[in-house]
Amino acid sequence: MNDKLYKALLFIAAMVMPVVCGGVVYALATDAYAAFEHFGFLKFLTSSEWSYTEGAEQYGALPFITGTLMTTALALLFCIPFSLPVALFVGEYFKGTRIAAILSTVTDLLAGIPSIIYGLWGFYTLRPLIMALNISPQGSGVLTASLVLAIMIVPYAASLSAEFIKMVPNELKEGAYSLGATHAEVIRKVVFPVAGSGIFSSYILAIGRALGETMTVTMLIGNTNNIPESITSTGNSMASIIANQFGEADDLRLSSLIAIGLVLFLITALINMIGKIMIKRARIA
Amino acid sequence: MTPILEFKKTCVSYTKQTMAVKYVSAAIERNTITAIMGPSGCGKSTLLRAANLMHDLYPNIRVDGEILLNGENILSMEPIDVRRRIGMVFQRPVPFPTMSIYDNVLSGYTLNGIRLDKTERDATVERCLRNVALWDEVKDVLNKKGTFLSGGQQQRLCIARALAMKPDVLLMDEPTSALDPIATAHIEELMQELQKEVTILIVTHNMGQAMRISSKSMFMYLGELVEYGDTDTMFSNPADERTRAYLTGKMG
Repeated sequence: MNDKLYKALLFIAAMVMPVVCGGVVYALATDAYAAFEHFGFLKFLTSSEWSYTEGAEQYGALPFITGTLMTTALALLFCIPFSLPVALFVGEYFKGTRIAAILSTVTDLLAGIPSIIYGLWGFYTLRPLIMALNISPQGSGVLTASLVLAIMIVPYAASLSAEFIKMVPNELKEGAYSLGATHAEVIRKVVFPVAGSGIFSSYILAIGRALGETMTVTMLIGNTNNIPESITSTGNSMASIIANQFGEADDLRLSSLIAIGLVLFLITALINMIGKIMIKRARIA
Repeated sequence: MTPILEFKKTCVSYTKQTMAVKYVSAAIERNTITAIMGPSGCGKSTLLRAANLMHDLYPNIRVDGEILLNGENILSMEPIDVRRRIGMVFQRPVPFPTMSIYDNVLSGYTLNGIRLDKTERDATVERCLRNVALWDEVKDVLNKKGTFLSGGQQQRLCIARALAMKPDVLLMDEPTSALDPIATAHIEELMQELQKEVTILIVTHNMGQAMRISSKSMFMYLGELVEYGDTDTMFSNPADERTRAYLTGKMG
């Protein structure tokens, strides 16, 4: 009897999360429905108009989808040369040493810094630097946001890929050494191929983080509702347009913002799912 | 004739206080199989691993004395050159999981950045797989991953991989301890064949195996080389009391 009660309680508690998740999707979908109905689903995704002149309202998500994809892709690009060395340092070259432990702790600390702090640093330190270097006149823009975003996702990519690098069996590495390979060759031809899918999935999960990051991007991307022409242009990401406009929006505009939120949710969920599936495969293999 | 491999007062220590291998001196004869026996922890694997500078990978381990390969001290040679001339087969079969059978055989070349043309590659793969009596079993699945093979086949693949580099000496660290009796018999038979081409130094826990395959044997105890001589003599009439105790099962 007691056992049954316990089981029932456990079941109810466990079911809360899926129900909440379903509720979020339902709420997003119902509120976004007006925008999709008014503009058409595909048209909404591919239109680059964002004008709230009364009577001639036009809302399209393309500039923000582009903004999100650009910042994420650039952030990933900037993140790799910093996170991969950290992962190799911690997981292979200095594996198990004090200095590796210190480095990985410090890297993990980066993950704990609130995004508003990154935003402030980017705004008051990086933005003036970008202006001083004549990279862009206004300082803010896709590039600035991506650089800070890159630093923010380094800990995720680095610590996870270090785990996969550590998991490469010592026997395999010794096998390669016994054939006369150098350390660099062992890393290139044994460690990377064996840990490859795990490292790849670490970056997928890092992308998942970058896609939805709101505060930093909102503070640094420049908040203009156009498709960024180059990486130094200003723009808006899907998260930042919502953060910028949700307070003043109503009716169709609000519905459009929620529709953007729904699309962002779907993209992020998909990316995370791919990453998790790949991690599972990497662990099995 | 100079011995192909010679340990001269070789010492290996993992920490400053304790030595795992103490002043071992032994000359290994060309084209023989020499077995290294002894109870767990006696330093036999440690001694074997010293011979292809595996200890260099771990900064805390010290190797002292001399180890001569054809009269040349390997401790002052480049580890990479030494390891190409002294191959190693490990306890567990470890083919590279991301490589095909074909690529596993050639991995010594690819790892070292040595390019071979297609005919050389094909010839090397066939020669080495024939050497380990694996060719007939795998010739139709050369592009499959090596990890799909049975344990015994994987171990033979690892031997083929080591042979591809045409080493002078092949070190084997309990190569059959993870295998079933049939696979073990295959590998033992194979080693008898291989000694025509390469000198084999094998660490084994299995006294029967040492008796079956080796012509020379070493017995190690607590890091010291207690006895080294003809296998037959050692088994029938050991010179040292400790060897006798181990061989008769009173110790170990």
